[in-house]
Amino acid sequence: MNWFKYSSPQTFFPLAGKLAPWFGALALVACAAGLYIGFFRAPTDAQQGEAYRIIFIHVPAAWMSMFLYLVLAFWAGLGLVFNTRLSGMMASAIAPTGALFTFVALWTGSLWGKPTWGTWWVWDARLTSELILLFLYFGFMALQAAIDDPRRADKAGAVLALVGVVNIPIIYFSVKWWNTLHQGASVSLTKAPTMAATMLTGMVVMAFGFWFYSIAAALMRSRCIMLERERASEWVVEYAEGPA
Amino acid sequence: MLVALRCVIHRDLLLAARRSSDVLTVLLFFVIVVSLFPLGVGSDPALLRTIAPGVIWVAALLASMLALQRMFASDHADGTLEQMLLGATPLGMTVAAKVLAHWLVSGLPLVLISPVLALQFDFPRELLGVLALSLALGTPVLSLIGAIGAALTLGLRGGGALLSLLVLPLYVPVLIIGAGSAEAAAAGIGGQAQLLLLGAFLVFAGAFAPWATAVALRISVE
Amino acid sequence: MEKPSGIPSLEAVDLHCARGERRLFSALSFTLRGGELLRIAGANGAGKTSLLRIACGLLEPTLGEVRWAGENIRRLQEEFWRQLVYIGHANAIKDDLTAAENLHVACTLAGVRVQPARIDEALRRLGLAGCQNLPARVLSQGQRRRVALARLPLSEAMPLWILDEPFAALDAAAVECVQNLIAEHLSRGAGVILTTHFEARITTAATLRIDLEAS
Repeated sequence: MNWFKYSSPQTFFPLAGKLAPWFGALALVACAAGLYIGFFRAPTDAQQGEAYRIIFIHVPAAWMSMFLYLVLAFWAGLGLVFNTRLSGMMASAIAPTGALFTFVALWTGSLWGKPTWGTWWVWDARLTSELILLFLYFGFMALQAAIDDPRRADKAGAVLALVGVVNIPIIYFSVKWWNTLHQGASVSLTKAPTMAATMLTGMVVMAFGFWFYSIAAALMRSRCIMLERERASEWVVEYAEGPA
Repeated sequence: MLVALRCVIHRDLLLAARRSSDVLTVLLFFVIVVSLFPLGVGSDPALLRTIAPGVIWVAALLASMLALQRMFASDHADGTLEQMLLGATPLGMTVAAKVLAHWLVSGLPLVLISPVLALQFDFPRELLGVLALSLALGTPVLSLIGAIGAALTLGLRGGGALLSLLVLPLYVPVLIIGAGSAEAAAAGIGGQAQLLLLGAFLVFAGAFAPWATAVALRISVE
Repeated sequence: MEKPSGIPSLEAVDLHCARGERRLFSALSFTLRGGELLRIAGANGAGKTSLLRIACGLLEPTLGEVRWAGENIRRLQEEFWRQLVYIGHANAIKDDLTAAENLHVACTLAGVRVQPARIDEALRRLGLAGCQNLPARVLSQGQRRRVALARLPLSEAMPLWILDEPFAALDAAAVECVQNLIAEHLSRGAGVILTTHFEARITTAATLRIDLEAS
């Protein structure tokens, strides 16, 4: 099958439209399964009781936030090197979803902290890194929003995303180091309850659910971006006029 | 090529000397921000001694961000930046020369005045060297990374705030390690590890940031 | 007339340019050889400056490429730029530097070593005899434009001059001077590309002409 056939917005647009609902359905199924495992099947934790169950959302969301940034940087980098329009559009489509999961990770992290350690915010390595990652996402989106010319916006965003990707390990390790230096007590979300197999399964299933959702959301959003950017071209005009 | 680079540095220093108010404003900003903290948190000497490295580092970071506006904006406005893009020396090297000149004017004064400010916080005298050295290694890294942000946001509305948003996450590791070195020295552990790490950051940033900045400049000038 | 050999040609191959949503021009090609003058004409907003910037390498065309001596200028980079002088709309001079300092910096960045005497001579040629040590800030618009154009007498070794509106804001004497400079450079076998609204004697004798239409 010739994949390159889909590398132009005109051909990718209908494909995305067809695939998105399927991924959406898969996402619903996987999330339902994951939540079921998390809330009903996984055993109660000895130390933290029922409150720990929020990790079934918190951890997969954190995984997704990191993974989506890598995917975003990949597409943006591809667009920068090969000068393809669609790659840049994909990167822009992924960013809001990535930011969403980062926010979810932060929010659920905060919700976990309150019943467990009594505070609404914990300056542990992962949450702090997630906060910085949120700023990286916001920076990317703000930069693209501030540039009128779409080509410049794609390329500038790509440079920023690539610089960010290189910095993420550095940021993570320096924050981790900072955390060990300043936090005597082990008020750490990374010291999660030791993983029973069911717990891990639950998180992995949720992660897949979030992944399918991300794909569906990115496909839908990229369709909107394509319509907006290519509005002068023939196929968009035809699409807008539509079959009867 | 060295002749051209020397020319760029000389030109930028000359321009800074003729418009010295820009330069002094940044230095004054640094001093004022540092002085605000005791007003905000109280003058308990033990508290001030603990927060001194962090406060000075954060203030240096903010002053550095303020100074970033100057790096390319005026050259972009009068067209000289374009000529640099069409120059005979590789743009990465020209950028490195500009960043060096920028640091000499905006970063080095901060390094030199930091011991005085640290004394205001009753920071131990023997450790002033570590603090100054951490700034000496760290502020060039801030200038190098900041240059990328300055190049990406050239000519955009929302300039300063947008630049800060882009550049702050990238500044965090430098802040942590930099302030950490003085704090570790104060705790008796010694700050050598952090200083070496800062040195590594400097080498890494020195090698890659000018090139990334050059790419960003070409994108922004289009 | 015998053209001196060895001066490479500038080729534009199938250039397309779109700025934002506006399509400026498509499938534009030309070849400029040594000794030829290319004049780009068109109404405001037709894309003249964009075409010049593509020819320099400052702007990337949507499609197509520009070649110097057969090689893509994006690959040549500094090698190409060392042989080019581009004088755009902006004068590219710093207000806080003197006219002489500005020229010195401009030449050094372009890889040309010049003695102060030659800089003085260039300024004198453009009618700025006493202005070497005046900061550009105090010069008039026309004088500043002439400082920018004073790069031309110092760039005799560059086989390609790309000039955007070189006659704008100049008085009659200066226009004559610039025309002479261009004519001399052409007779040296170099190539010149320019845009102008001004019907100068030199442009009517242009070897090549491209008319861009505003869309």
